[in-house]
This record gives sequence, C-alpha cells and structure tokens, in this order.
Amino acid sequence: MMEITEGSHAVAEAVRLCRPQVVSAYPITPQTHIVEALADFVANGMLDAEYITVENELSALSACVGASAAGSRAYSATTSQGLMLMAEVVFNASGMRLPIVMSIANRAMGAPLSIWNDMQDSISLRDAGWLHFYAEDNQEATDLHFLAYKVAEDPAVQLPAFVCFDGFILSHTYEPVDMLTQADVDKYLPKFNPSEKLDASDPMSFGMYATPEYYLEFRYEMDQALKRAKGVIAKAGKEFGSLFGRDYSALIETYRLEDAETAIVAMGSVCGTVKDAIDEMRAEGMKVGLLRIRVFRPFPAEEIVKGLSHVKRIAVLDKNVSLGSRGGATAIEVRDAMYGSTIPVKGYILGLGGRDIRKKDIKEIVTLCERGIGDQFYGLRRELI
Amino acid sequence: MALAVGCRARPGKSRDNKTGSWRVFKPAFDNEKCSKCGMCQTLCPEGCVHENTDGFFEPDYTYCKGCGICAEECPKEAITMKQEEK
Amino acid sequence: MAEPKKTCELFDCGHRACGGCGAALAARLVTQAAGTNTIVVNSTGCMEVFSTPYPETAWKVPWIHSLFENAAAVASGIDAALKKQGRNEKIVIMAGDGATFDIGMICISGAFERGHDFTYICYDNEAYMNTGIQRSGATPYDASTTTSPAGKCSFGNKRPKKDMPAILAAHGAPYVATASVAYPADLKQKVEKAINTPGPCYVQVHAPCCTGWGFEGEQTIAIAKLALETGLWVNFEMVDGKVSKVRKVVRKPVEEYLKTQKRFRHLFKPSRQDAEIAAIQAIADRNAEKYGIDIKLKKE
Repeated sequence: MMEITEGSHAVAEAVRLCRPQVVSAYPITPQTHIVEALADFVANGMLDAEYITVENELSALSACVGASAAGSRAYSATTSQGLMLMAEVVFNASGMRLPIVMSIANRAMGAPLSIWNDMQDSISLRDAGWLHFYAEDNQEATDLHFLAYKVAEDPAVQLPAFVCFDGFILSHTYEPVDMLTQADVDKYLPKFNPSEKLDASDPMSFGMYATPEYYLEFRYEMDQALKRAKGVIAKAGKEFGSLFGRDYSALIETYRLEDAETAIVAMGSVCGTVKDAIDEMRAEGMKVGLLRIRVFRPFPAEEIVKGLSHVKRIAVLDKNVSLGSRGGATAIEVRDAMYGSTIPVKGYILGLGGRDIRKKDIKEIVTLCERGIGDQFYGLRRELI
Repeated sequence: MALAVGCRARPGKSRDNKTGSWRVFKPAFDNEKCSKCGMCQTLCPEGCVHENTDGFFEPDYTYCKGCGICAEECPKEAITMKQEEK
Repeated sequence: MAEPKKTCELFDCGHRACGGCGAALAARLVTQAAGTNTIVVNSTGCMEVFSTPYPETAWKVPWIHSLFENAAAVASGIDAALKKQGRNEKIVIMAGDGATFDIGMICISGAFERGHDFTYICYDNEAYMNTGIQRSGATPYDASTTTSPAGKCSFGNKRPKKDMPAILAAHGAPYVATASVAYPADLKQKVEKAINTPGPCYVQVHAPCCTGWGFEGEQTIAIAKLALETGLWVNFEMVDGKVSKVRKVVRKPVEEYLKTQKRFRHLFKPSRQDAEIAAIQAIADRNAEKYGIDIKLKKE
C-alpha cells in the first residue's frame, strides 16, 4: 500500500514487519526517529519484541550478539559516533556469524563534530565482514531490510548486514513508499531458525578463540560466505521482485549507461540528483550514464567491469575519504576492479559533513572528468584554505 | 575435520588435551587413612578426582596436573605428593 | 579395581589453567551449583582462554564469549531472547576482576539498572592475570603487579580495592554476595541463591592465582582461607542492599597472609615495612568493624 511517510518511519515499519524478537538500540541523531517508532510499536502491542534500552551503542550491538546467538532475530540501528563505539562488536558479530541487521542513517565522523550526512561511518567498517546495502530512496531503504534479513540468515551466508541510507536526506524526508503487508513479509521472510544456538538441550560453545593453526581459515570462510552472498542476493532479490514488483537481484543499478561515454559511479541518495543531471546533460547531447552501487559488500567488481567496459571515462563520487590514500573508498575499489583496463577512473570526494550536492556540481564533475581532472576533493571553499 | 561456522564447538574436545603430561609431582592416595570426606574431589581445579564404587577417591592421571591441593587439604593426610617418574 | 562413579562435572578436564588455579576451581564449583539448565557468558580473560582454544572447549553447558567488556550486555540480549522464546535457562556470567571492576563497568551498570535476570559471578584474582599480572581496580593495597611494581619509590599498588558489591547493591541488585574457593559449600549455596533470585544478582568469588600472586599451587586454598582469617577478604551476603549474613572469624594479623605471597614480599624484604603493614592491618580492621566479623572470645 502506497503511503507518504518519513524515511525513518518507513524503516521502522519495515523492521516491525520483519518481526525481530529483540531490538536493542541507543539514540543518536539522525537515527532517533527509527528507534522511537519501534519503542512505540512495542509499547502499543504492535511489535512483539523486547526493546532493550541500553546505556550505549557498544551494549546495543552486544545485546544483539547475545540475542542472536540465543536464536532470536535481533535488530539495532545507529550512525556515526555510535557505530564507532560499536566497532569492536561489529567485528565480533560477523566473526561469530550472527545474522543481525542494523540500520545505519549515514552521518559524518567527528572531529569536527557533525550531525550531517556523509558515508564515512559505515564505509570505515567495510572490512568488518558485514553485508553493506546502500539505499537510493526511502522505498529502497524500506525494502532492503527485508532483503537484508533474508540474505543474512541464509545458511550459505550467516553474516550480519548494514542497511545504509543517508541521514536526514532520507531518514527525515517524506516520500511515497509502497509498504508491504505483514502477510507479504511473512510469505517472503521465514522465521529465524538457526541450526545452532545457545541451548541447554544441545550445549555449544560460541566465540571460542582461534590459534594461528585455525584463524586464517576462519577469515577465509567469512570471505567465502560474503562471496556466496552474491548468489543469495540474486535469488532473494529476484524472489522479492516476482512477489512485489521491485527486483533487487542486481548488486548494481544502471541509468542510461548503455551508450554512455562518461560513466558516473555513486552510492546512496545522491544518485537521484545524478539521474536528474544526466537527463539534462543528455538533452544537451552529452552521453552520460550512471552506475549505482547498491551492494558495497560483497563488492560487485565483475558487475562494474561488465557495466563500464564500453565507456570512455569513469567519474566516481565518494561521500567518504580514506585520508592519506588515493581518494575515497569507492574510487579506490572501482579503480581496482578496472585494473588492466585503459579506461581512466577519476575520483571526487564531495558532500562531506552534509555539504549539498546539486545538479550543477554533477555536471561540473563530468566536465572535469572529460578534461582528465580528478582524484581530488570537489567543491572546496577556496577562500577558507 | 571441517571448520565449524563461527568458531563454535560442542563439548568433549578439551579432553583431547591430556594435561597429565604437565605433572612433576604425583598424588598417591592411601585408602587406609582415607575417611571418604571427598575434600580432594571438591577442591580439585581439574575435576579429575573421582569417587569409586567403594567410596574411595582416585585421580585420573590422564588429566591430573599434580598441583597438590588435594594432598595439602586432605584432613587425614592420606595423600602424598611423590616425584613423577617418567 | 573399583569403577569410578559418575560425577556431575560441567567444566571438563583438559583445560589449560595453571595447576592449582583458583579460577578453574571456581568455574567447576559455579557450574556444579548452576546445573545443566544454564547458559554461561564469559568475558575475555584467563578463564575464557584456558577453557576454549578452538575446538577444545571445556564447557559442557552452553557458553558464549564475545568481548572483554560486554558480558553483561550480551547477557541482557540473551535474557531478552529467552523471555521472547518462553525458555527458562538461567544465565550465569563468569568474568574476571578486570572485566568487572574496570573495563566492563558501563555494561554492568546498564544491565543491573535495567534489571535483567542473570547471575554475575566475578572470579576475583585481583589483577589482569591473562595479560601478565597488571593491576586492576580489584588489586589490593600495596600488591606488586607488573604495572604497579614495588620499587625504590613505590610499595606497589597505591589504592585499596574498589567496593564492587556496594556499587551493585546501590543499583538495586536483590542479592549480592562474596564467597571464596576455600569454602566451596558456601560458594555453591550462594550461587544457587543468586540464580534462584529473580533479577540481576552478583557473587564475587575470591580466587587466588598462584602465578600472579607468587605462591605454590597447592597453597591456593590455604591462602584463600588466610585472606578470610585476617579480615582482608570478608564473606557476606546482602539481600536488598542490607548485609544479612557474615562469616565470622578469630582474626589473625594480616602479615600471616601477606608473607605467603611474592606480591607482598617487598613489605618484608630487604627490610620490614612496619608502616605499610600497619596500613594494611587498618584495612582489615575497618573490614572487621564494617561487617562485624570478629568472634568475641570469652574473657577468662
């Protein structure tokens, strides 16, 4: 059913429909509307879950670890500083192979303190062994939660998942969202029933330590599981499409890319702006297209190579920066994927800490890319530096 | 043996580690002096002292590390520590 | 030859604790008292490491280790999950003094304030033993550790033990107790009581560490007894914040305890440090007065 709703409320509704038994979260801007809504659902009998009002984010995810190991579907939500306070548990949850789903309302990292949007938070944890989904709009932010649980809990994967959407830009924006019904979700997402859990009738030890004789293989198995997730996403995304009309089988999405000479690669809500800019540039005869990365982990390297093999140049937008390196994470990984190709890959770091990205910025980046200028911050206020 | 998902294991495997090989001193139990109080069993950090069907106690030397708590705490001084012969 | 009788051991042989380890004995006694319908949450530390190198677990009950500081939060999540699933297993946290007094304080405070149903056992060996005997908030006054070494300008650890039982009683914990591996029946009784009391309960178990304190393994129980007999450790119970039961003793001078351990050797060698020993005696005297542990002998 189509409804006009705030992104956070749409996400909270999606989480409610996933029937988590344990919700454990700590308030942080701009995630608060999600957890407030979930607390309200529990208080009014609309969600049959234990809502644990933890004292900080480290405990928020730790409680999810306990709940998930005990066999309950667990959920948390956070952003930025909260995610970093959780960081130790983030690695722990994936290493223990617990399919927790966590929403990230993407926000910049301090210092300087900033409550505004970029993707530095979740991107900084890209090596932690979680699935990374990035939504373009609130419809996707909603739907990706169903997909995330389905994929995370698949026996071939058994890894936790971030569902990321831009803080404020999506979390606080009202958009029309086609919301599934409980019957829809129950049909799509089976009950969480892990084959192994903390259970007195079948005692097991969880979270043992590994000596050098074993550790390497455990990390290899996690890497393999993430790679297997590609196939699981394809299957689960297709099933979602056949049931509800929105197909999420692909890890990437393309827009007017077929005959493009300049390809823009980006993630998240900025892609809406990019699409509008592309339409305008196309009207002026410029052959520009978009490759949007929806799933950052597992990284869709083959899909990117295939999608970009025909273009003349690639402009990668990053709302994050790997300081002291050759750019933002997306540019670095796209360049790695394109290794061996002669197509130039240029990175642009922009929009950090909530700086607006407008259509004219996208057009200017395309022009810069055509002139071979890139691998730089874009939109710096020169008078300040 | 295939790796368990997430570094998990079911009970029993610690017994593969035969800690008796650590032993330098070996407890010898003298049933003549034993009052069957069971203190040796209660206080053993290994849990390797067992009561037999006669009500006496005997250590499992496969795991006994020879710490000597049983000998030290035995109220009847029925346990003596002797140099391990290897 | 007589056959061995089956015993109910839930902490198995083959673990890698030092011979004479007080914490290993505590693990045995606590799991015996808790029984099979128990889920153990273990913080990072000696106990976790000596009992679970993959795949050789010593635990015969469900067991989970996540991190150093978060056992109380992990237990909170398990408590919530068990409630939702209608299950009745009891949750027992096993954490060392570093995990409890220091790095885990935030998680512990939150979990006790929220009132989850679990029993938190702190096996207190009075320093970070797993990493090599560094001082913690539970290290006693003047104990020499690798980060509070005795030296020309130092008598060791400068601060007395943090009063963790009082802190948790102040959180409204319905049952708080201290126990010692030297009194196993009392320890098991307290663990059972804690487990059967709804809400967050705390039992702090004195567990001497032969390696860290510097004594021979066979002395573990004798030294634990001396701690009580000198008044440097007090076994008590607090129900709803009020001390309800105390183990009384005919007190011995503290130096009978101190001189048994290398961590206090600097108080006696190269020369006897009367002022420091008197300061430690004063700690015991305060304990005795606070808890009323002294048995009054009849005048002749």
